[in-house]
Amino acid sequence: MNFVNILEEIEKVDGDVYERLSPRRKAMKNFFSMGSKVAIAALPLALGSMFKKAYGQAVPQNIIDVLQYALTLEHFEYRFYERGSMLAPIPVGADNAAIQIIRDSEGKHVNFLKSVISSVGATPVAEKVVYDFTAGGTFPTVFTDYATFLAVAQVLEDTGVRAYKGRAGELLGQKVFLTAALGIHAVEARHAAKIRSMRRMNGHAPLLKSYITGGNDSGVPAANGNYGGSTPEGNVVQAGITITGINGQTISANTATEAFDEALTAAEVLALVAPFGVS
Amino acid sequence: MNNLTKQEVQELPEESKGFLASRVQRRSFLKYAGMSAVGIALVAAGCKKDKQIEGVYLGSGDIGILNYAYALEQLEAAFYIQVVTSFYSGASDDEKIFLTDIRDHEIAHREFFKNALGGSAIPSLEVDFSTIDFTSRASVLGTAMAFEDLGVTAYDGAGYLFKSADYLLLAGKIVSVEARHAALIRELLSTNTFLGAEVDSNSVNISRSPAEVLSAAGKYIKTKINAGDLPTA
Repeated sequence: MNFVNILEEIEKVDGDVYERLSPRRKAMKNFFSMGSKVAIAALPLALGSMFKKAYGQAVPQNIIDVLQYALTLEHFEYRFYERGSMLAPIPVGADNAAIQIIRDSEGKHVNFLKSVISSVGATPVAEKVVYDFTAGGTFPTVFTDYATFLAVAQVLEDTGVRAYKGRAGELLGQKVFLTAALGIHAVEARHAAKIRSMRRMNGHAPLLKSYITGGNDSGVPAANGNYGGSTPEGNVVQAGITITGINGQTISANTATEAFDEALTAAEVLALVAPFGVS
Repeated sequence: MNNLTKQEVQELPEESKGFLASRVQRRSFLKYAGMSAVGIALVAAGCKKDKQIEGVYLGSGDIGILNYAYALEQLEAAFYIQVVTSFYSGASDDEKIFLTDIRDHEIAHREFFKNALGGSAIPSLEVDFSTIDFTSRASVLGTAMAFEDLGVTAYDGAGYLFKSADYLLLAGKIVSVEARHAALIRELLSTNTFLGAEVDSNSVNISRSPAEVLSAAGKYIKTKINAGDLPTA
């Protein structure tokens, strides 16, 4: 039973239901139901109206900061796939299609975040004129060797998941912003799983799985930090509860790490992406 | 219902469309609704009363949300335990590896919530998998996909209800793993469906409210669940 659906039903017999319930609710309802109904071009306007109604006035700066941070990372991810899809020797067929799906997905995240940031009266951060996709020479063959391209893609996606997770707490209780951020977070995880699956299937990393096993399982030593941090991916204790062998279950340490992804702080992420020219 | 996939909606028999529907029949609900604000207040009161009547009570506030997650993890774990106990015929080595891994992840999640909730934890739920053909690859993987996709929308849709940033972070640690599962299972079924219809036009994963999720999961859970006091804002 969908609350929006309920409201729509009620609206048929009581046109003022939204105002009776709460003047903000109609704004919420419009926002969540517009997905397929409103053209992308109309989004900024619709969002702006929505946020204005929901907040009465300005959106707090700390929320805008999180959105800008997300946009900063999405700009880079989009360009990585955009350049990669043109330059890297990606096999024609399913692999090429997969990379294009991910590229387009990142592009939509960029446009979505730009729209949201604009709609709340802020100026979206610009993308960098130049990125260094070799990360200062660490990955010189990133766009000439397919295996390297996918390995770097995995590291970037896993890092992206950790980046969103790390700032969710700053959006605590923010229905619109947090739900959107969590929605992007889940999509980044889907990307990561797909890239990992591709590396396994095409033999680049035959034992790799769609989830993070043990820690840096990318086969890229330079990515240790991407799987490390103040709470590394190898962590097996959640909220003081040891997951390994929990309650007598046969849960190995590797399984315990796979079952929970870990966050990175903004400072940790920005340090990791700095060699790519991201800031 | 525009957030639900058509397939899932169709799968749901009318009588299982939710714990709310079972209390307040649709027609009478709309009749109440016609009474506008007063009617809504009555319906809301009617929902609250449910907890005193029957069902496993999830609780309120963050505890309620954690129990809600615990309920879903119980369901997922029970499903994969049965899958792994006797694999469908023709399961590939990779499929066996992945399904076994996912079973263990879901057990880890289930036991984590159980311990984290301590005395506030709901009891073990009784599941009903009578509609699943565990000998059929299509049935097992199709159900796995539905559970994983539903789980992602559940965590995403409940995130804003948490009052504690610590609990939100824990949910975040789990939901990305569920999303990885979802993508993995989807790829087993059909290449390049890792996003599929689970994302909106902005490539943001869709989300669902607890009421929507419990409605969709209802046909697999025999135990009556009372979610009447879960936070809604």
